[in-house]
Amino acid sequence: MSDEYYLELSENPVQFENASSVNNVFFDEANKQVFAVRSGGATGVVVKGPDDKSSVAFRMDDKGEVKCIKFSLGNKILAVQRTTKSVVLPDKRTLKLLKSQSINVNWYMYCPETAVLLLSTTVQGNVLQPFAFKSATVSKMSKFEIELPAVPKPAKLSLSERDIAVATIYDQLYVMYLKHHSRSTNSPGAEVVLYHLPREGTCRKTHVLKLNTTGKFALNVVDNLVVVHHQSSQTSLIYDIKLRELDGALNVHQPVLPARSINPYKIHLTGPAAAPSQAPVPCELYSSSWSVFQPDIIISASEGYLWYLQVKLQPTLNLLQDKGKLMDFLLRRRDCKMVILSVCSQMLTGGDKGNLSVVATVFDKLNQVYKEYLDAEQAYTAAMESGPSRSSTSYKRPVRTQAVIDQSDMYTHVLSDFTEKKGVKHKFIIAVLMEYIRSLNQFQIPVQHYLYELVIKTLVQHNLFYMLHQFLQYHVLSDSKPLACLLLSLESTYPPAHQLSLDMLKRLSTANDEIVEVLLSKQQVLGALRFIRSVGAHDNVSARKFLDAARQTNDTMLFYTIFRFFEQRNMRLNTLFTLIGHCEEHVAYFKQVFGENALMKQATA
Amino acid sequence: MASGMQEKQYTPSLLSFFIYNPKFGPREGEEEKKILFYHPIEIEKNEKIRNVGLCEAIVQFTRTFSPTNPAKSLHTQKNRQFFHEAEENYWMVMVVRNPMVEKPNKDGKPPTVEYQEEEIIVSNLFNGTFSRAFEAGGVELLTQKLEKFFYRYLQTLHLQSCDLLDVFGGISFFPLDKMTYLKIQSFVNRVEESLSLVKYTAFLYNDQLIWSGLEQDDMRILYKYLTTSLFPRHSEPELAGRDSPLRPEVAGNLLHYGRFLTGPANLKDPDAKFRFPRIFVNTEDSYEELHLIVYKAMTAAVCFMVNAAVDLNREFCEQLDSLVGPQLTLLASDICEQFNINRRISGPEKEPQFKFIYFNHMNLAEKSTIHMRKTASVSLTSVHPDLMKILGDINCDFARVNEDEEIIVKAMTDYWVVGKKSDQRELYVILNQKNANLIEVNEEVKRLCATQFNNIFFLD
Repeated sequence: MSDEYYLELSENPVQFENASSVNNVFFDEANKQVFAVRSGGATGVVVKGPDDKSSVAFRMDDKGEVKCIKFSLGNKILAVQRTTKSVVLPDKRTLKLLKSQSINVNWYMYCPETAVLLLSTTVQGNVLQPFAFKSATVSKMSKFEIELPAVPKPAKLSLSERDIAVATIYDQLYVMYLKHHSRSTNSPGAEVVLYHLPREGTCRKTHVLKLNTTGKFALNVVDNLVVVHHQSSQTSLIYDIKLRELDGALNVHQPVLPARSINPYKIHLTGPAAAPSQAPVPCELYSSSWSVFQPDIIISASEGYLWYLQVKLQPTLNLLQDKGKLMDFLLRRRDCKMVILSVCSQMLTGGDKGNLSVVATVFDKLNQVYKEYLDAEQAYTAAMESGPSRSSTSYKRPVRTQAVIDQSDMYTHVLSDFTEKKGVKHKFIIAVLMEYIRSLNQFQIPVQHYLYELVIKTLVQHNLFYMLHQFLQYHVLSDSKPLACLLLSLESTYPPAHQLSLDMLKRLSTANDEIVEVLLSKQQVLGALRFIRSVGAHDNVSARKFLDAARQTNDTMLFYTIFRFFEQRNMRLNTLFTLIGHCEEHVAYFKQVFGENALMKQATA
Repeated sequence: MASGMQEKQYTPSLLSFFIYNPKFGPREGEEEKKILFYHPIEIEKNEKIRNVGLCEAIVQFTRTFSPTNPAKSLHTQKNRQFFHEAEENYWMVMVVRNPMVEKPNKDGKPPTVEYQEEEIIVSNLFNGTFSRAFEAGGVELLTQKLEKFFYRYLQTLHLQSCDLLDVFGGISFFPLDKMTYLKIQSFVNRVEESLSLVKYTAFLYNDQLIWSGLEQDDMRILYKYLTTSLFPRHSEPELAGRDSPLRPEVAGNLLHYGRFLTGPANLKDPDAKFRFPRIFVNTEDSYEELHLIVYKAMTAAVCFMVNAAVDLNREFCEQLDSLVGPQLTLLASDICEQFNINRRISGPEKEPQFKFIYFNHMNLAEKSTIHMRKTASVSLTSVHPDLMKILGDINCDFARVNEDEEIIVKAMTDYWVVGKKSDQRELYVILNQKNANLIEVNEEVKRLCATQFNNIFFLD
C-alpha cells in the first residue's frame, strides 16, 4: 500500500510554537512567514520563514490583541493590526495614497506571486474585480462573474472567499472556484471551476474539475497539478488541466488518479515533555485545525507545523494503466526523468509486457519533447550566431527540463539493460529497437551510433545476418566509419559484411584510405590501385604499402606491374624516385627478379 | 536490326524431364521402379527405361574421371541433357532441344545451364526433401507428390523466353526511403506480435521485395514462386478491374482493399475453405513446414507464414483480415505516395537511358532496364534475343574465374555489349552506338556507373 501514496508532506517542515490561549499564530502568504505572538508580543514574537535567513525573533509592547501581523518584503517594515480600522507601523513612517478606487467590497484576496488583487463586489459577491499591481502602478483588469449554482432569493452574499483561490498553473493565472454540490441542480457532486485570468483580455471559464463527491474541500496547486483535499474521506485528488479528456468540447476533467490519502506522517515530539528516545507519533492528517494556503502550503496551527505539499511520481506507475496517458502526465512534471525511464524499463521488461503499439506511442511522446528541445536549442544557437544585437528581444537559452529524455538516457537506463535481459524474445528486442529508431527518424532526430551498434549486436548474437543485410540495404542504419569498421569485423562470420562495409566507406567519400587498407589486406592490390586512381589520389599515396602487399602475394607479375606503375608515376611527377629511401628493399628485389636493366633509366639516375 | 531476313528458328524447348533413384530397382527386370517421375508421361515404358539407363551410365562413366564431380551436362547435336543429383541417389535429368537457326549452320548455347538447381529448390519449398517424403510414405507417396508438383511446375517453365535473369534467379527490391521502410518494419512487427501464430513475414510491393523474415535462400524460392506463379494468376482479374472492389468493413466502418490470394477467396462466403498452400523452409538445419498465407491490398502483398501444425480457421482469417486490411491499405497508399515524391525529386535524368542488367550475388538483388514486364508466360525484353545470348555467354565466362574482370563485345548488329564483374556484382550493359570505339564505350559505361551505382563500391 505504501507505494500508492502519491502525495506527501515535506520532510523538513517549518516548526513553530503551536497555537494556544497565550500564543497566537499568523501566516503571511506574501513572505511565507509564520508569526507566533506570545501574550500580545510582550513575551516575544517569533517569525519563521521558509529558510533560516527569514527567521526573526523580537519583542513588542502588548497593546491589546493582535489581529494581524506582517513584514514588508525584505523584513524592513513591520505592520501590526490590532483593530479593524487601524494598522500600526512600529517605526515612524508616513504612508502616501497613490491611487484610490471606490468600490463596494465584500472581501478581497491577494495573490503575491502575480501581484493580483481580487475584490468581491455586488450583493451576491460573485462579481470579481481584479487589479494588477506593477511597479507602483495599479491597473484595473476586466471584471468577471462567477456562476453560482443557485441564485438565492432574496439576494444575499453567496460567494465566500473560502471557496475562491488564485494560483498560477502552467504559467497562467487562474481563479479557482469551489462550486459546492447543490440539490437544485442535478450535478452528482461538487466541482472546481477554473477561470483563466489573462493579463489582457477577458476572464473566461475554461476548465471544470469533477470531484464526484460532496463535503468539505481544500485546494492546493503543486507542480502544475490542482490538488483537491476532501476532509471527510481523508483523501486527495489530483487534476492535470492539460490532460485532454475524450469528450473534449468544454474541458471537463476527471481525477488523473484514484483518490488516495496523503502519505502518513510521523511527528518527532520535542520540547520538555518529550523524552529523547520517544517514538515518533503519527500526525493526524486532514485535521480540522489544518489551514491550506496557495499554492502548496499546509499549516497545522495546533501542532506547530508548516509543510509544503509534494507529489511523488513513482506510485503513478501502478495507478495509471494507460501508458500513453501516463507519459503525458509525467512529461509535464518537474522531477520526472527517472520515473519516465523506469516506466520505459517496466514497459519492456516487466511482467505486463506492453505491446508494441504502446511502446511506439511512448517513444513518440518522448521524442516529441526531445525534438522540441533540440529545435529550441538550434534556434537559440542560430540567433546567437547571427549577432546578439539583432536579437535584442531577449533570446533566452532554452531550459532543458527533466522531460527531455535523449538517446543517451534511453540507452544507458533502458535499452542496454533490456537487450541483455534473459528471457526476453529477441524478436521483441529487435522490434523495440527498430521502433525507437523509427520514432527518432519520424521526428527527424539524427540517430546516435551506439543505437545502431546495439541493433547490430543483437542481430549478430542471434545469427540474424540476413535481417541486418536488409536493414543496411535500405540505409536504416546510417553510414559512418565506426559502423563500417564494425561490419568489417563481422566478415569472418558473415562474408557479405565485407561488401556492405566497402559500400558504406565508398558512400562516406571521406574514407578512401580505409578502402585502400581493406583491399590491400585482401591482397587485392590491383583493385586498390584502380580505386585510388579512380578517385584521383594516386599521386599522393605511399608506394610502399602497395609494394609490400604485392610482394606478399608471391605473384611476381603483379609485383612488376605495381612497381612499374609507381616508377612511371614518379617520372611523370618529375620527382626523384621516392621509392628509394622507403623501399630499397623492393628496388633490390625488383633488380634481383627482373634484372638491373628492367629499371627505368631516369629512375636509377 | 536484321529484320528483313526471315529465318526459320527453333527455340529451345523441353523434350523430357525425369527423376530417378538407382537404388530403387537395382536388379534386372525391376528398372521401372527407379523412375519416380517422367515427363512427358505418354512416352513408352521401355524408352523411359532406356533413357534412364543411358543417363545412369553416363554419370557412372564420368565418375571414373572425377569421383566427386561427375558430368553435369551432355551436349549433342540436337539436344542437351542436364544431370543433377538433388539429394543422395536422387537424380533429376532435363533434356532440352537446342535452338536451331537455319542459317550458316550456327547453333547457340541455350543459356539455361543453371536451371535445374532452382527447380529442385522450388520443389523442396513445396514438398520437403525427397528422402523425407520417402521415409514418410514410401515410394508411392513420393511419386504422387512429384507428379503433383512437376506437372504444374513444368507448365510455368518457358524455356524459349529464358534469359540471363532466370539464370541469376535474383530478387528485385523495391526502392524506398528510410522512413517508409521503418513504417513497414513497424507494421510487420506489430502484426507478428498481435497474431502470435505468424512466424515469418515477407512484404512485397509492386511484385518487388521490401522485407523478408525468411532466410535469403528460402526467400529466393518463395519470391520466384510468387512472381512467376501466384501473382500472375491473380493479376489478370485485377487488371480487368473486377476483383478488387472497395470493401466496406462492417465493424468500425473501415474501408480497405485487403484480400487473400491464398486461402479463402471471399471471407463472407459461408462455404469458404481455409486451406493454404504448405511450404518447407530452412532446409539447412531444421526443417519447417509452414502455411503460406498471401494477403494483398492494392499493390502491397504480405506473406504470413504459420506453423503447419496449426489448423487455420475462419476466426483466424477474419482476425487477420480486420487487423491487416486497413493498415495495409493505408501503408500501400503511403508507399505509392513516397515513391512518387522520390521519383519527382530525383528527376527524369535518373530515368535509365541505358539498357542494363545488374545482379549482386550477395543479396541476390537484380535490376534490369531491358525487361519491360514479366507476365505469366513471356518475359518481354526490349533487345534482340541474340544480344541476350551474348549476355549469357559473358556470364558463363565470369562464372569460370574468381577475379574481377571486364568483357567488351562488339555484336554483329552495331551493338556493344559490356560485362563487368566487381567483387560479387555483375553488370551487363548494351549500348547502341554505331560508330563508337572501345574507349568511348568504356567512358559511357563509366558514366553509367557514376549515375546509377554511385552509392556502392563498384570498381571502374
